Amino acid sequence: MRYLPKSPSERQEMLAAIGVRSADELFSSIPEQFRLKRKLDLPPALSEMEIIDYFRARAAENSRGYTSFLGAGVYNHHRSVVVDTILLRGEFLTSYTPYQAEISQGTLQAIFEFQTMMCQLTGMDVANASMWDGSTALAEAALMADRLTDRRRVVIARSVHPEYRQVLATYAKNLGMEIVEVGWTSRGQADLATIRELVHDDTSCVVVQSPNFFGVIEPTAEIAQIAHAKDALSVVGIAEPVSLAAINPPADADIVAMEAQGLGLPPSYGGPFAGVIATRDKFVRQLPGRLAGQTTDKEGRRGFVLTLATREQHIRREKATSNICTNQALCALAVTVQLTLLGKEGLKEMAQQNLSKAQFAAAELAKIPGVKLSFTGPTFNEFAIELPRSVKIVNQSLLREKIIGPLPLGQFYPELTKHGLVCVTETISRAEIERFAASLKKALAEPL
Amino acid sequence: MTNRIKKAARHVSQNEGLIFEKSAPGKRGMELPPLDVPTADAANALGEFARAEVPGFPEVSEIEVIRHFTRLSTWNYAIDLGMYPLGSCTMKYNPRVNEHVARLDGISTEHPYQPIELSQGCLRILELLQKCLLEITGMDALSLQPSAGAQGELTGLLLIRAYLESQGNARKKVLIPDSAHGTNPATAVIAGYEVQNIPSDSRGQIDTDQLRQIVNQDVAALMVTNPSTLGVFEQRIAETADILHKAGALLYMDGANMNALAGVARPGDFGVDVMHLNLHKTFSTPHGGGGPGAGPVLVKKILEPFLPVPVLVKKSDGSLALDCNRAKSIGRVRAFVGNFGVLVRALAYTLAYGSGMRQATEDAVVNANYIRKNLEGVYDLPYSLPSMHEVVFSDSKQKRRGVNTIDIAKRLIDYGFHPYTTAFPLIVPGALMIEPTESESKEECDLFIDAMRSIAQEAEENPDLVKTAPHSTRVGRLDEVGAARKPILRWRESKSSSAAD
Repeated sequence: MRYLPKSPSERQEMLAAIGVRSADELFSSIPEQFRLKRKLDLPPALSEMEIIDYFRARAAENSRGYTSFLGAGVYNHHRSVVVDTILLRGEFLTSYTPYQAEISQGTLQAIFEFQTMMCQLTGMDVANASMWDGSTALAEAALMADRLTDRRRVVIARSVHPEYRQVLATYAKNLGMEIVEVGWTSRGQADLATIRELVHDDTSCVVVQSPNFFGVIEPTAEIAQIAHAKDALSVVGIAEPVSLAAINPPADADIVAMEAQGLGLPPSYGGPFAGVIATRDKFVRQLPGRLAGQTTDKEGRRGFVLTLATREQHIRREKATSNICTNQALCALAVTVQLTLLGKEGLKEMAQQNLSKAQFAAAELAKIPGVKLSFTGPTFNEFAIELPRSVKIVNQSLLREKIIGPLPLGQFYPELTKHGLVCVTETISRAEIERFAASLKKALAEPL
Repeated sequence: MTNRIKKAARHVSQNEGLIFEKSAPGKRGMELPPLDVPTADAANALGEFARAEVPGFPEVSEIEVIRHFTRLSTWNYAIDLGMYPLGSCTMKYNPRVNEHVARLDGISTEHPYQPIELSQGCLRILELLQKCLLEITGMDALSLQPSAGAQGELTGLLLIRAYLESQGNARKKVLIPDSAHGTNPATAVIAGYEVQNIPSDSRGQIDTDQLRQIVNQDVAALMVTNPSTLGVFEQRIAETADILHKAGALLYMDGANMNALAGVARPGDFGVDVMHLNLHKTFSTPHGGGGPGAGPVLVKKILEPFLPVPVLVKKSDGSLALDCNRAKSIGRVRAFVGNFGVLVRALAYTLAYGSGMRQATEDAVVNANYIRKNLEGVYDLPYSLPSMHEVVFSDSKQKRRGVNTIDIAKRLIDYGFHPYTTAFPLIVPGALMIEPTESESKEECDLFIDAMRSIAQEAEENPDLVKTAPHSTRVGRLDEVGAARKPILRWRESKSSSAAD
């Protein structure tokens, strides 16, 4: 087998040195009745060529050749080829968590740079070395607020990504936390009047997402003010990180939970991505996840180490801030490389292109008879449209034109079956937008 | 370097500052095609929300980005450079074809919300991986959703809680042996359980007599790692399961050490009700400096109704779909289907071995026992039961000369190896936990043994040499206490930070 570096005679030599006749003897500590007496019932071993053929065949059964206008927490941005060039360096790809700092300075410095960029983007003081994804980051942020305030009640906007809310519900269920949901206004923003009514002295935090699931930017400053008036914390989720180059960061928030996928990671059918939690300096000891910090060696040379580990499970066990162990180091590295390539100007340009193309698309779509924008609030690269009929039915027609149309919002919000979510990034050309508009117009003209 | 060191020699490593220190206004490393629609007026479109700039962001060219990260990479140790004997971490070779197929057009490009009829390729990958993992573990059903081992553990405990609730009593406690990984107790708390730590017996095994006394109607489950963190198979695992089952409690197995069992024994056959796998361990997906991983959770039939959504289902026409409407489900543990890209790599690994996976397990166990045989006597072996995929020594012999496990580990760096796991499991004071995996040749094992013997000799003759190691790295031992006392967790523009070195 090509992955195994022993010749048959070396195996025999090693067995002889150990003092056994066969490898079977090494498993004698497993009670007899539990030793598997047959081969595993798996397909026969495949060569490299066959493995590639298998996955190519699967790839051909997917969506190749279609133009997609999907976003909703997973964004298709251009990734420089340099990102994978770096990720595929074995020294990054095949290294372990950098507990042994002396021979892990590459990973540690890259994490330190990642933490810095996440702070710059979010306007926070400190960011962790990454979390599993945006949804678990948001749940962990709410748990963190619960610990910081010693309160059990979370007020969350329904305009937060529906799957993120489901994850929070799963985490909160056994911790005695109560979750209260808030609707939206005609602008597509969380209803501030309801938030004001629902935030009390027992509220740990107010959770919103901006831009929210409908693509609408939330008034995070006012929301933070309402929370702070009752000594509750303001938690802001961000699912589209590129938006932070065009939109002011939620500077008044206490905790920002972000999904960084849009900055250098492919959609990959939903993962692996990179979540981040960023917060204020004063809350750092309740921050879950790994942190890299700067320090020196005896000679005074700068170096980096994993630090504040007393928050973590391997030290604190049941008293840890979270059970998280791995972060998403390689994904965080991809984000760091992509952001470094983009730089200040490139990031601004990418955001500007997203905004411009989405604005153009919204205007083109709104020209179609019967189509209007669902909400009036400001948006970045994603917006909801209302159609005269069910989005699901319209999408069937669009598929025939090789277009993956708006995400039907009805699957998450029963009251929005005629509403769909459209995302337009820099990877979509004007011609594609125009073809989409023409196809949608044609689809709506078809008899039901 | 002393002539005892055969594997490594010094080499030039380049200095490199933080990327922020290399920045100069006006440079960039990526350009986009010209905008083909009218430029939106941000102030008009976004009003008060419009952001002028991201302060402090780096500005560098493409070659500088390549050099920066390439230089950083050379400061890392990696499996690709040599043996990584970290016990319980299973640092095995990460096959490159896995990376290739995970990046294919039509695989990495797929959106989780695209129509299900355009996702059949992704779903068939998941279906085949599920079949393989069920066969390898002998379990009945599974969820591929959990993001990592710790989330697999949480999912597993939530499943146990949901099942027990359906039986009328969620119960209060989870029992965890003192040899367990730190995520076990941390997870139990998030699942809403109290943790009761239980001591191992004198052989480092589960004490079933004691267990019989402890298990009552308050106990929801026992979380056991098998083989244990000592690298030893739990001899009384069936009896353990029996004690729990008779009291209505369940047996959870942390599958971190599955690399000792694949193709040899199946947890489903020895009484395990719920378990998780770490695909970044046994199934070769790269650790990448600390993630991403994936932690599928596998269950017996009784727990299947409670699996997290979505669940992969086959429709009557033979096509695959994701079912989110399951009344008894514990809910969703993360967005979308899971770390799909990691699952792709794990399947590529599984297909490469197929029914011959046992050979990898045998080689891993041969390597661990070969190292044990050659280092026994040189280092103290506190528990003498037969080793499987890893062996745990203690530093008690070397401590007499003031040299502890961390010193020995750091000295190993000078010999060209990554340190083994130190100070874990907690039941062995001053532990040296060594897991070579099947990926090491006899030559690499011999070099490692050689290095370990040589360090033991140094500890006798020149303990200071060991205590001040490593001597060959870019930076020496770093001030961790200072780092924690006054944390510097980001670069700041205002502060003038000195260039590296």
